[in-house]
Amino acid sequence: MLFERVPPLWWAIGLLLLAMPLFASNFVLYQIFGWTFILGMIGLSLMFLAGYGGMVSLIQMTVAALAGYMVAILGTSGVPAISLGWPWWLHIPVAILIAALFGTLVGALAVRTEGIYTIMITLAIASAFFYFARQNYGLFNGYTGFNNVLPPQLFGIDWRQPAPFYYLTLACAALSYAAVVYVARSPFGLALQGVRDNPRRMGALGFSVTAHRILAYTFASVIAAVGGILLVWQNAQVSPGTAGIPQVIDILVIAVVGGIKRPIGPFIGALIYVLLRVFSPDMLLAVGLSGERFKLLIGFGFLVIVFFSPDGVLGLWEKFKARREQSRDPLRGGRP
Amino acid sequence: MTLADVSPAANRTAAERLGSVSSGNALELRGVTKLFGALAAISDVTLTVRPGERRAVLGSNGAGKTTLFNCVTGDFLPTSGTIRLFGEDVTRFPAHERIRRGLRRTYQISLLFGGLSVADNVYLACRGVSRGRFSLLRPGSNDVLVARAAELVEAVRLTAARDVMVANLSYGQQRQLEIALALAGAPRFILFDEPAAGLSPTERSELVSILTNLPGHIGFIIIEHDMDVALRVATSVTMMHNGRIFKEGTPQEIVNDAEVQELYLGGGSHG
Repeated sequence: MLFERVPPLWWAIGLLLLAMPLFASNFVLYQIFGWTFILGMIGLSLMFLAGYGGMVSLIQMTVAALAGYMVAILGTSGVPAISLGWPWWLHIPVAILIAALFGTLVGALAVRTEGIYTIMITLAIASAFFYFARQNYGLFNGYTGFNNVLPPQLFGIDWRQPAPFYYLTLACAALSYAAVVYVARSPFGLALQGVRDNPRRMGALGFSVTAHRILAYTFASVIAAVGGILLVWQNAQVSPGTAGIPQVIDILVIAVVGGIKRPIGPFIGALIYVLLRVFSPDMLLAVGLSGERFKLLIGFGFLVIVFFSPDGVLGLWEKFKARREQSRDPLRGGRP
Repeated sequence: MTLADVSPAANRTAAERLGSVSSGNALELRGVTKLFGALAAISDVTLTVRPGERRAVLGSNGAGKTTLFNCVTGDFLPTSGTIRLFGEDVTRFPAHERIRRGLRRTYQISLLFGGLSVADNVYLACRGVSRGRFSLLRPGSNDVLVARAAELVEAVRLTAARDVMVANLSYGQQRQLEIALALAGAPRFILFDEPAAGLSPTERSELVSILTNLPGHIGFIIIEHDMDVALRVATSVTMMHNGRIFKEGTPQEIVNDAEVQELYLGGGSHG
């Protein structure tokens, strides 16, 4: 019953993703897809809040970085003076829990505001975290942060090898995606969309609008936290720059470029972002420009997509599909 | 199915339990006054509605009809006077406490969830007055509330539009959905705020049959400018003028009253 509505295109993409390590290079597996899945998950946590809850939060990257920091502090890292060396089955859940608590607290502050003020308050807390982490040496090890933060060697596998890391991130991304799709149709998810559309009526129907908004932050923070831990493992390090203001904004760009209305959007946005990040310096050098100008290219792409489709790449795709259906059957006006 | 069997047995017993404390009247207003600064939106309104009674409240714009509704639902606290719902003094109760006692209301301007389907809108209304509002588990195929929502969708004749996103509904369909939301849970008394406003003649007769087919134990007050709709669904009429009750009677008495004709029906211009 769960699978009957899955279109063939999705099966094809699923099989392609599963078979990827058979033909893709290590660089593509680790750097392109591993990074895409991670950024997609953090973008997905923003999509859940913005698309279903109508709350644009800029705290998701900070929640992710905090989870990464907690893994470094509670687990092992290249800074043994600070790291506590807890086993993986303890430090990973506790890291996710702390990040989720932090996200919930920020949510409790942010849900009292609307629209632009939610963006401002979450951006303010995100920059406060950045400066705090940079200046705090006792816990966050200041400017340098933590290096040598590695995933546990479970089942005798080195999870930082390209193929295992690819499957690890793919599994986490797929699980997060499935969780968001599932919860969107649960009473909690439906009520959250009700709160987005009409908070006053939701209150009149007997729902607590504030509680639903805050719990949405909790749910989104768990996804961001898992993404943050994977990100720290991928780079083997975490520093204040992991959650710098540019990185915080990048998550917003990823979610908006991909499309904020559906859970697949942030993954599409993340793939576009990663491809531009990785290949634009070469492209720019080839046309005689400095490779450091890649942000210009990303910004320009962002402008073009948002200008032509406020719903991101997904919105473009849906427009294209609607037009094709219309041309197929002009008598029935596009809906067969 | 008809509307007579939309209230499940469980809800009916809950209604009976609550009904045991009642003094016999569904709604009882005593000397209710609401001041906005120096302006009295309603003053000294005393009104009694029996259970199952259908009352039309008529009056020109600014007569205080919607303010009366806002006081009854708890959106405004009255400046003075008491409001009793099924015998219980609810004058100081917050809105959701009154909703839990079986009071419902529709809004003059539809307050719906545009990004959700018709079925989901009604499901949320059913979920709001029951447990499990925060559940992360999807409702199963035999979920009681899903079935109840489907019944309500059918009761307001929207089954064909069940999966349509509410933002894409016609205005008339949105008004019908508005009524379905008011019928969720175990309503015992409903306030309809101009349900016919903006409807086409066909939609109006649809609305009249939805309202006349409501289960007998559900009483309501309807504010309506369309006299034809109001007098066809109501068993009694209250006329308001300048925030005061001006006249009460059966639809026939009101129509034939010389003062009412003078004031409201256009001074006896018989066409």
